[in-house]
Amino acid sequence: MQWQFFPVFTSSPANWTGRIILANTISFCSETMKQYEWLLTRYPTRRAALLPTLRLAESDFGELGVPEMRYVADLMEIPPAFVFGVVTFYTHYRRAGTGKFHIQVCSTLSCALRGSEDVVSRITERLGIKPGETTPCGHFTLSKVECLGSCDTAPMLQCNDDYHEDLSLEDVDQLIEQLRAEAEGGQNG
Amino acid sequence: MTFRKILTQHIAEDDCHTLSFYQRNGGYSQAQKSLKEDQPDDLIELVKAANLRGRGGAGFPTGVKWSFVPKSSDKPKYLVVNADESEPGTFKDRVIMEKNPHLLLEGILICCKAVNIQTAYIYIRGEFVFATQRLQQAIDEAYEAGILGNDCLGSGLSIDVTVHRGAGAYICGEETGMLTSLEGDRGQPKLKPPFPAIEGVFGCPTVVNNVETLANLPYILEIGAEAYCAIGPEKSPGPKLFCVSGHVENPGTFELPMGIPLRKLIDEHAGGVWKGRKLKAVIPGGSSAHVLTADECDVAMDIESLTAAGTMLGSAGIIVMDDSTCMVDALVNLMRFYHHESCGQCTPCREGTGWLEKIVHRIAHGDGRMEDLDLVLDVCDRMVGKTICALADAAAFPAQSFVTKFQDDFVAAIQNGGSPAWKKRHPSAVGGTASHG
Repeated sequence: MQWQFFPVFTSSPANWTGRIILANTISFCSETMKQYEWLLTRYPTRRAALLPTLRLAESDFGELGVPEMRYVADLMEIPPAFVFGVVTFYTHYRRAGTGKFHIQVCSTLSCALRGSEDVVSRITERLGIKPGETTPCGHFTLSKVECLGSCDTAPMLQCNDDYHEDLSLEDVDQLIEQLRAEAEGGQNG
Repeated sequence: MTFRKILTQHIAEDDCHTLSFYQRNGGYSQAQKSLKEDQPDDLIELVKAANLRGRGGAGFPTGVKWSFVPKSSDKPKYLVVNADESEPGTFKDRVIMEKNPHLLLEGILICCKAVNIQTAYIYIRGEFVFATQRLQQAIDEAYEAGILGNDCLGSGLSIDVTVHRGAGAYICGEETGMLTSLEGDRGQPKLKPPFPAIEGVFGCPTVVNNVETLANLPYILEIGAEAYCAIGPEKSPGPKLFCVSGHVENPGTFELPMGIPLRKLIDEHAGGVWKGRKLKAVIPGGSSAHVLTADECDVAMDIESLTAAGTMLGSAGIIVMDDSTCMVDALVNLMRFYHHESCGQCTPCREGTGWLEKIVHRIAHGDGRMEDLDLVLDVCDRMVGKTICALADAAAFPAQSFVTKFQDDFVAAIQNGGSPAWKKRHPSAVGGTASHG
């Protein structure tokens, strides 16, 4: 708990001028803590559990920003800079500032040959955001990503955990409508 | 002997991923027998005799790899299953993990017996959430049934299996990068030697095998080395999963004997080139392989034949391109990929992949010069063989082969102010005015 009274900023640059929170205001819920302790039993070193523990943090806290990374570093007694280095080396962790639905369109060769660029354009048209951007409401983030290992069902995209494959432009429209309804429904409820 | 599918024969069944289905169809009988009766050395000799070649890309003989692990070491030994499957054009291990996970687990048990291993990790790419769930379900079932754990299948042996999810990095499919990542670090490869068999994960002897390689083991035990060698060519035998994607009518994963003619694979199994178009080019072994022109496609899909044809079987990810494809645009796409995925520790790769992307990008976008073609080849020469791992080579091979075999496309893009697709999107642009970042 060495950061108990040390203010940290949330990691998204857009928020850097905004709220200040205390790092120790977050912690794993008891169920996640049990999973973390089980993870430690699966490896001969504690550090080996870092990647899966970051997944636990991602699902428990919803995203990995500076406070979340600091929490994991503190919990695992690993330097925060090391944890930050690991998180930013990989592309698939859910970083702070990502929309509720992260739409990742596979753009590597097999998908590109079958129209992934049209899928990206259609999403841009429907949501008004370019790859790398998030809608102002925070519901959607659009990314172009590299090969997702589903080339036989190109073009395809991953939305949060789920693969959506063999996409036509109509499928894209339908998916966006469905996600929009879900996002707005979630907001009202 | 007629060819029998062993990896994917039941994948159309609804419950094919469950333990009860697997056992109903004879599953775990080979491991059960082997764990109790076989001697580790005999198993290694059997796999050597069957000439099982690694299915991940390098094609190294599996039995030989196992025999490098020191028997006298007092350190624990590990098996790390490479399920990172991230070579563009490859989607075969996903099928095994989603539809036939117990076959992989049975292969793991046999490997652990042969090399005296008690702990195995399955390093699966982070994006494969569904496959991870399926594997975890299978592992939970196997622990419950006493197949994994302290007394595997009543043999007295203790074998633990853990699924370890990656987090999105092509480089973690490279074996030392994978081990570094498994240790909780950024997935940067390490110099070899020491090879993982001597000093791998956690500083201990480690076997790294691909999912499909391990999934072949129960079948080898079932039919014996001689019968296995009779499937396909002698030097690289066995059933093989071929992934066909791109411009074909029926893309997919096809289980066929090693050595099937490439044209037959495309025309008969994948339904031929789509929309009645003509074939222009084929990448036969994942995006890192040298591309083949349509005229070079009369080749057998096995390790030796493709090496003789100047390319490689690699991961057997076959990407088909029709005659409407601009090879400049296709290469821009691949160079962006390798630049993005370079881990950054070796200068020739970190800088070289960036330069290649930049040069090919400017050719596609109307700013190319004729001397750029030589420049691409020159940059490639300064990358191949000069880095810790093979990512630099993997980026250079498509660059070299695209530029030399499809020179006309590149010359046209340079002379006409960009690739056809780019010119269509920017009708008013004149060569030399395009901006590129």
